Amino acid sequence: MNNTSLRVRAGLVSIVLLAAFLGIWHIATRSTGTTTTMSPEYAKLMGLTATQGKSAMPGPLDVGAKLWEHLKRPFYDNGPNDKGLGIQLGYSIARVGTGYLLAVLVAIPLGFLIGMSPLLSKALDPFIQVLKPISPLAWMPLALYTIKDSSVSAIFVIFICSIWPMLLNTVFGVASVRKEWINVARTLEVGTIRRAFTVILPAAAPTILTGMRISIGIAWLVIVAAEMLVGGTGIGYFVWNEWNNLSITNVIIAILLIGVVGMLLDQILARFTRMVTFPE
Amino acid sequence: MSDKFISIEGIAKRYPGAGGATTTIFEDLWLSMARGEFACVIGHSGCGKTTVLNILAGLDAPSEGAVIVDGQAISGTSLDRAVIFQSHALLPWRTVLGNVAYAVSSKWRSWDRAKVRAHAQKFIDLVGLSGSEHKRPSELSGGMKQRVGIARALSITPKMMLMDEPFSALDALTRGTLQDEVRRICLETGQTAFMITHDVDEAIYLADKIFLMTNGPGAVLAEVVENPLPRDRGRTDLHRHPLYYALRNHIIDFLVTRSKTFVAETPGHDPRNVPVVQIGKPGLSIAANGEEQRQTWIPGPSPGLTA
Repeated sequence: MNNTSLRVRAGLVSIVLLAAFLGIWHIATRSTGTTTTMSPEYAKLMGLTATQGKSAMPGPLDVGAKLWEHLKRPFYDNGPNDKGLGIQLGYSIARVGTGYLLAVLVAIPLGFLIGMSPLLSKALDPFIQVLKPISPLAWMPLALYTIKDSSVSAIFVIFICSIWPMLLNTVFGVASVRKEWINVARTLEVGTIRRAFTVILPAAAPTILTGMRISIGIAWLVIVAAEMLVGGTGIGYFVWNEWNNLSITNVIIAILLIGVVGMLLDQILARFTRMVTFPE
Repeated sequence: MSDKFISIEGIAKRYPGAGGATTTIFEDLWLSMARGEFACVIGHSGCGKTTVLNILAGLDAPSEGAVIVDGQAISGTSLDRAVIFQSHALLPWRTVLGNVAYAVSSKWRSWDRAKVRAHAQKFIDLVGLSGSEHKRPSELSGGMKQRVGIARALSITPKMMLMDEPFSALDALTRGTLQDEVRRICLETGQTAFMITHDVDEAIYLADKIFLMTNGPGAVLAEVVENPLPRDRGRTDLHRHPLYYALRNHIIDFLVTRSKTFVAETPGHDPRNVPVVQIGKPGLSIAANGEEQRQTWIPGPSPGLTA
């Protein structure tokens, strides 16, 4: 009961904070009335920013109206530079999904091998230590040069940035499976393959999933920047395109949606993590 | 004792120490057990008891020597030798039934699910956990977890059970009940058991033979004490037996003083022919290692005193 009341109170505080933020935003960007006297024709030319003291920054009502417009027609396609937000987000999610899944396919089996072999672990450590801190965007020119396809290059960048947290967490998870669980499998004469699937994988799964959750977050951070570079489609490209159009409203909407999608991706992985976590 | 079901022959365990030196935990250790015998090892921490058990289990390899079980030198682990771990070592993502079934399906790989389940269920019932099959280890008390550990070990019908202080993490009441269960099961099934313990009363209640080890490093098996108490002994009236205190005092004296001084005071100690101590039985000779027998006789209290 105490827990529910805490949740209700927290929800109330969240709503109050949101309302305060929107209110301040609204007040800060509203028109302040006529500031200069000029001929109506000239005033029309100058726009509300010059004549009414209106901020160039859109207010919450403008953003809300525009967002509603976008949400009503998320999948329209009027050519390369005018696509619905749903299409743009779809491109970004597809790139992140492809790059991320490829990274899962490489990182988890490789992490298993490295984690189970102290020799490999030691031998590969210097490479991982050097490769890990490289900004994924630094790979972009090399990717463009070798792959010669901007869309695939973006996927490669996602692959390379999401592989490290998964790889390192898998190695750590596999290497730190409790000795006693391994010993149980050994005394039961369980073979290496069966041991890997019945003892090591379930024991390391929470750590591996934590790595996957970190990776999806990084991949979603990187896709925006990658798409700004490669252009064409995607939410990152949309942001840059709207900046070039000087449509701050659309930029704000894109920022909001990037946040929401990122949160959803994180929540999905969090749910998977909870599914494989075991209480001790 | 002519039937040497388990024979540890001159094993040693050494670890490389600092500066090229080697640390010898124990060396030239010989001991043997007959089929169906319950043996307890008592000694202070660091004397290598757990290492001996791990070598018997095949989890660890001796630096020298060999272990022969049922006429065959062992190499590695085996489903014939089940281990009950001190920390119960249940797989927390599996249920009680899942943990036991994992062992069963490891032994009989061709069995179908139903057969594995039925077999596992039988051993869960045996340790008194019927009704908790679908609970996870985290939902069980310490005693119940160790019961699952016992059920898992028994379910593969091993030739022998190896127990590393299985009850040391339990409260006294639970420990007592589980000791009763283990004794009952071992007597019923004629199981050979090798158990490490720190609890002298536990050893007296359960063991047929008690191995006393001196302090490590360089630990030796000092004596084999034969339990003079009748086989149908009960846990509650153990202390009423006339030889109980003589036995207990002998073990405690060993732990308190002789475990430190034994090596220095007994220069002629032959690790291949460890003296067998028979409390309260003067002159009765049992061929120990098939060779000449050295015996120590500890007189028990006269019947008149205890009456």
